[in-house]
Amino acid sequence: MNKRKFCLVAVIALIALNFFALVLSAQEASTSPATPSDSRWFDTNRFNVFITLAIVFGAILWFIGRAKKGKSLFVRRIAGLDAIEEAVGRATEMGKSVLYIPGIHDMNDIQTVASMIILGNVAKTIARYDIPLIVPIRMPFVVPVAEEAVRQGYSSAGRLDAFVKDNIRFISDEQFAYAAAVSGIMLRERPAANLLLGSFYAESLLLAETGASTGAIQVAGTANIHQLPFFIVACDYTLIGEELFAASAYLSREPKLLGSLKGSDLAKAVIVLAIILGTILETAGVKWFTKLFIVQ
Amino acid sequence: MRKEVPLIITFLAGFFFIADYFIPHTGFSNIAADVNGWAIIVLAFSYILGVGNVLRINAQRIAKKEKDWVLKVILVLCLFFMLGIGIFGGIAEGSIFDWFFVNTYTPMQATMFALLAFFIASAAFRAFRVRTTQAALLAITAVLVMIGRVPIGETIWKSFPDFTEWIMGVPQLAGKRAILIGAALGAISTGLKVITGLERTYMGQD
Amino acid sequence: MRKFFEFINKLDRRVIFIFVALAIIIPLLRPLNIKFTVTEPVQGFYDAIEKVPQGSKVLFSCDYEPGSRPELFPMTVAALEQMLRRNLKVIALSLWPAGPPIVEEALSDVAEKQFKSKYGVDYVNLGFKEGREVVMVSMGSSIPTTFPQDFRGTKVSEIPIMQGVSNFSDVKLIVNISGGYPGTKEWVQQVQARYNIGLVSGCTAVSAPEYYPYYQSGQLRGLLGGMKGAAEYEMLVGRTGLGRKGMDAQSMAHLIIFLFIVLGNLAYFSLKKKKT
Repeated sequence: MNKRKFCLVAVIALIALNFFALVLSAQEASTSPATPSDSRWFDTNRFNVFITLAIVFGAILWFIGRAKKGKSLFVRRIAGLDAIEEAVGRATEMGKSVLYIPGIHDMNDIQTVASMIILGNVAKTIARYDIPLIVPIRMPFVVPVAEEAVRQGYSSAGRLDAFVKDNIRFISDEQFAYAAAVSGIMLRERPAANLLLGSFYAESLLLAETGASTGAIQVAGTANIHQLPFFIVACDYTLIGEELFAASAYLSREPKLLGSLKGSDLAKAVIVLAIILGTILETAGVKWFTKLFIVQ
Repeated sequence: MRKEVPLIITFLAGFFFIADYFIPHTGFSNIAADVNGWAIIVLAFSYILGVGNVLRINAQRIAKKEKDWVLKVILVLCLFFMLGIGIFGGIAEGSIFDWFFVNTYTPMQATMFALLAFFIASAAFRAFRVRTTQAALLAITAVLVMIGRVPIGETIWKSFPDFTEWIMGVPQLAGKRAILIGAALGAISTGLKVITGLERTYMGQD
Repeated sequence: MRKFFEFINKLDRRVIFIFVALAIIIPLLRPLNIKFTVTEPVQGFYDAIEKVPQGSKVLFSCDYEPGSRPELFPMTVAALEQMLRRNLKVIALSLWPAGPPIVEEALSDVAEKQFKSKYGVDYVNLGFKEGREVVMVSMGSSIPTTFPQDFRGTKVSEIPIMQGVSNFSDVKLIVNISGGYPGTKEWVQQVQARYNIGLVSGCTAVSAPEYYPYYQSGQLRGLLGGMKGAAEYEMLVGRTGLGRKGMDAQSMAHLIIFLFIVLGNLAYFSLKKKKT
């Protein structure tokens, strides 16, 4: 075993040992009579969730394995993601900037993580065209992540010299103060393209409609279903739900990432079959199948 | 090790919290509660990053007297003013901070939210043009739900609210659930890629 | 006619804004009193609170900020009225930073002035805690540890209403008024799913469709959606509040938007016909 691997194994073993020591001491320290101690290491009421998660993980990992072996994987065209390149091209022709809004949530939201991944890809594309990329951010924790994602994008395109750190700006963690500030950026700087990708709430229509009034091409994407109608009416292209999460695989075309996309599609197919089967059985008065999916 | 250590931390933390959902062991739950507490503290400290970012960017622009630099001076002054009166005067009811909050921030926030009523009108006017069959379905359904969800719908037709509830409770819900399931699977897939280190773009490393 | 349709096709959106403003202002000044009935999710919300035994403790989480106030504040005061009328002990808190002053205002109007309830005995405002879902999960272990002090700075251990309250098992119902994130979805996912406690929610009209699945599955026992939900709930509670007053304005605004959509389509088809 080489030195590097030995260090890695040692670090993991140390963390695991400390962890179990903490678990045992934390259980002893729990002295509140109001909270009875539970010594079970697995909640059998959630076994069905565990199995479902195992199936989903298994499908994703299997397809990643297939992708690593060089199998080509087909992914359907997603108009919204193709439009990102088009939007950047339009901004270049007009000599204007691209505004990237990564949603209003913190890094603990998976949509923000997905948005940062897309930001890196977008930054790589933009770096080639030498136009400004403005990224206004609501949550301070996202700022260094966005800076690093954009820096890495520019670096991958060999244009680290064009990276402007001040274009990644913390605005305010207040929802409507953020919306007002970003609307102001849209109206003053008149970006040619607005990319609204991430988790949005009430400010989604404010941003999208203000962007539409400036004549910018707008691509939006969110998994927050209640905001989708506003993006659909106000934006040129909308990524719906999972299309946002598919973006990293779609834009990079990296086999491992495409494999994970296929894996989640397989899991979706299994769920669809379960729904159809459950509907038929439930209609026929057979209840045991539906009961398998009750989460306690 | 610069690349590996963050990935190890991500891997262990990710699987720890997945495990927390399945493991009811008191000791384990107590550790999860402690880690959650650390997360709250770290999140609170991240505001220092945010304030630093605001000050750095605006200070440069003020120093260079760029366009609208006066507005940036006001921004920075307001930042320090509210910070100061909050720290030294407290934020309880009756404090100066509370007065500014109730009399400036609250009305401004309500104003921004109120803009939505106008923006939805202009967006609907622009977008609901019946160019295709899908556009027609979208426009007709939107109009039916809009009218059915307010008392005037019940005045026009007594069963309008029930019809609207049916649209919201059956076809709308079916479509929504489908999107929810897809989005949830996408989220699981992204989470798994991040935890296992397959996806590292967010870390700024290839 | 063609010129009119061309004008409509290129209509400045500010004209639309003026009509919407008039549609909202006029009914507020001269109410139309349009009648409406109560829907099932709202009835569920009301019934869930009615079923809580008198004297029990209820967690009241007001997770919104001034931006959502027009829709959510009427629900807040109506819910407080129903809870206090039933002599329920209200433990209020907020997971949004600007939430506690709104809660204080509601408690002052309803609990203090209307019901003459005693702070600390009949109700308490625990204030705001940063952490979102983390705070919810933490309350599952211990509410006093998560909120060691109330909004006024008093130690929770010294507040009579908090005696015997350790975690969610010591409250009979969670009433959540939610303006977004963190809110109803997080309460369902992090608390209701884990601890199987009764949960009712009031939310903005935009978010309500997202929570219908939770209501249909029984995870939410009741749901108030937007100002209409607030108006229906006020009717059940017997209160004439902002919800009911706002319904006339909302009706007219929706009608105006509908008329503009129709005009826009008439203009579109008319001009398209002329071109062909």
